Amino acid sequence: MSNESKVDCGRRRLVVATAAVGGVGALAALVPFLSSMLPSERAKAAGAPVEVDIGSIEPGQMITVEWRGKPVWIINRNPSMLETLPKLDDSVADPKSEKNMQPAYCKNETRSIKPEILVAVGICTHLGCSPSAKFKKGADEGMDSNWLGGFLCPCHGSTFDFAGRVFKSKPAPDNLEVPPHMYLSDKRILIGEDKKGA
Amino acid sequence: MASNTNFEKYKSDGSLQGNLLEWFDARFPATSMWRGHLSEYYAPKNFNFWYFFGSLAMMVLVIQILTGIFLVMHYKPDASVNANGIPVAFASVEYIMRDVPWGWLIRYMHSTGASAFFIVVYLHMFRGMLYGSYRQPRELIWIFGTLLFLCLMAEAFMGYLLPWGQMSFWGAQVIVNLFSAIPLIGEPLSIWIRGDFVVGDATLNRFFSFHVIAVPLVLLGLVAAHILALHEVGSNNPDGVEIKKRKDVHGNPLDGIPFHPYYTVKDIVGVVVFLMVFSIIVFFAPEGGGYFLEYNNFLPADPLKTPPHIAPVWYFTPYYSLLRAMVWPLFGIDAKFWGVVAMGAGVVILAFLPWLDRSPVKSIRYRGPIFKTLLALFVIAFAILGFLGTKPPSYAFFGVIPGAPVAQVLSAFYFLYFLTMPWWSKIDKYKPEPDRVTM
Repeated sequence: MSNESKVDCGRRRLVVATAAVGGVGALAALVPFLSSMLPSERAKAAGAPVEVDIGSIEPGQMITVEWRGKPVWIINRNPSMLETLPKLDDSVADPKSEKNMQPAYCKNETRSIKPEILVAVGICTHLGCSPSAKFKKGADEGMDSNWLGGFLCPCHGSTFDFAGRVFKSKPAPDNLEVPPHMYLSDKRILIGEDKKGA
Repeated sequence: MASNTNFEKYKSDGSLQGNLLEWFDARFPATSMWRGHLSEYYAPKNFNFWYFFGSLAMMVLVIQILTGIFLVMHYKPDASVNANGIPVAFASVEYIMRDVPWGWLIRYMHSTGASAFFIVVYLHMFRGMLYGSYRQPRELIWIFGTLLFLCLMAEAFMGYLLPWGQMSFWGAQVIVNLFSAIPLIGEPLSIWIRGDFVVGDATLNRFFSFHVIAVPLVLLGLVAAHILALHEVGSNNPDGVEIKKRKDVHGNPLDGIPFHPYYTVKDIVGVVVFLMVFSIIVFFAPEGGGYFLEYNNFLPADPLKTPPHIAPVWYFTPYYSLLRAMVWPLFGIDAKFWGVVAMGAGVVILAFLPWLDRSPVKSIRYRGPIFKTLLALFVIAFAILGFLGTKPPSYAFFGVIPGAPVAQVLSAFYFLYFLTMPWWSKIDKYKPEPDRVTM
């Protein structure tokens, strides 16, 4: 065997071709295994819309509901909270909500359908922590003295105003997401579906 | 030494055991493995304190596997909520702690074992840096070691999700979301890793699968490769001189002694001392002051509420600091992507040490002031990065020196230490190595 000087090229080609075809088959066998790790049909179906009664939220208060496994905040902003928004246009990264983080009907000054009611996904756009409410002004919440109220992400320090707009020079790249939602009546909203989808 | 020696097969002396061994040895390389890897594997005679940690790492691996086997008998990887409103996985860990006989001990051995593993492995790696154990001809041992370190990190990270506490959940949330920073494929990749749009039951089950079977199998294979490669070229030693250069009439290294019984006995001393310290921690401080088991992890996972301060377990914090140090977007890609790159590069760069180090000598005993100073600074920088990684980004030393810029400077130093090594390791002074090892 070892003193064989000539390689049978025909045979060598056959060996290479056989190995290549076998390799393609082995790679194809990976597909079902790797695909099995994708979200299952049940996980995909779990995103049903959530109906919420917002009648009991006092001005200046917020509630958190779960939608698609994520916290969704509903904040009934009082006039003094709304007053802070125009003052912060120069301090936030995307004051006019140019980036597509909200449905078209919420691309406005308050990022909401009704000015006082903000609906936002309470997940920081940086790495997915849930920011904490820091509603009081200034040092009362352990923030800077010029803090006008909003949200602070505990993980990497991103801050958001009362419209979920991210402040400049923070790790989070985008404003908080406003999910599709619609008013069923004056006091009831449906999160996860809007009139276009209905 | 193991593979290039042909040992004679065992010849029976006529006794029953002898006949049995002869029969067995004719069909299995029992004698040759025993001699090649233990009784006639010659290791340098001048091993010191630093040479305990390789065998200790193996012992901790055994502890982790044994305790793990028994934990899996009671643990349930299930994120759904039980009748009391507690996630089943979290409740099953508390069940192990409270109701399973001796369950608390087995669980604390496993959770303390994780931290012990990293302590021992960090010291083992530092030994390699002290004595140049990664240098030619041991590059492959070092590369297998780096892969082992990566595997160990994956194993620890996935194991930490299983108790399904607040830190488990939010730690996994943050780390998996890091992958979403990769351009184009990031978002689908992170969904594929989680198996859902949020960290949930699918994520818990697959991490369980990886933690108990997939990664441990790779880990064991790499340990075998690490040791086989070591026994092929032989161990380095505190002098960094090759003992194989000087051999006696039998072809055995003059400065070598058989691993068994000399180093098996020495390592048993290490094991006894280690187990004493380990037991004190397991019995009296299993939470390690909140560093081995974080306090927030005694609260069940709540996907709607992030704990006020998230930090990884201590052994990840130096690399977590590298990640957080990157705050500038580059080439139009998010800063968090570069953070991931920095963290990964921080580990992978270790594998290149054999080619970055250009010194004519291996051991710190014969190296010059530049190496000694920079290595000391490197250790200090690594420790401070680790400390800052446990703190929130707003942390300031003594309330005045802000931690974030310090972490950035030290991260830069971490990489510069390696990247400039080809230059400073070459111009550094050195003393000539002795011909034979010193004691």
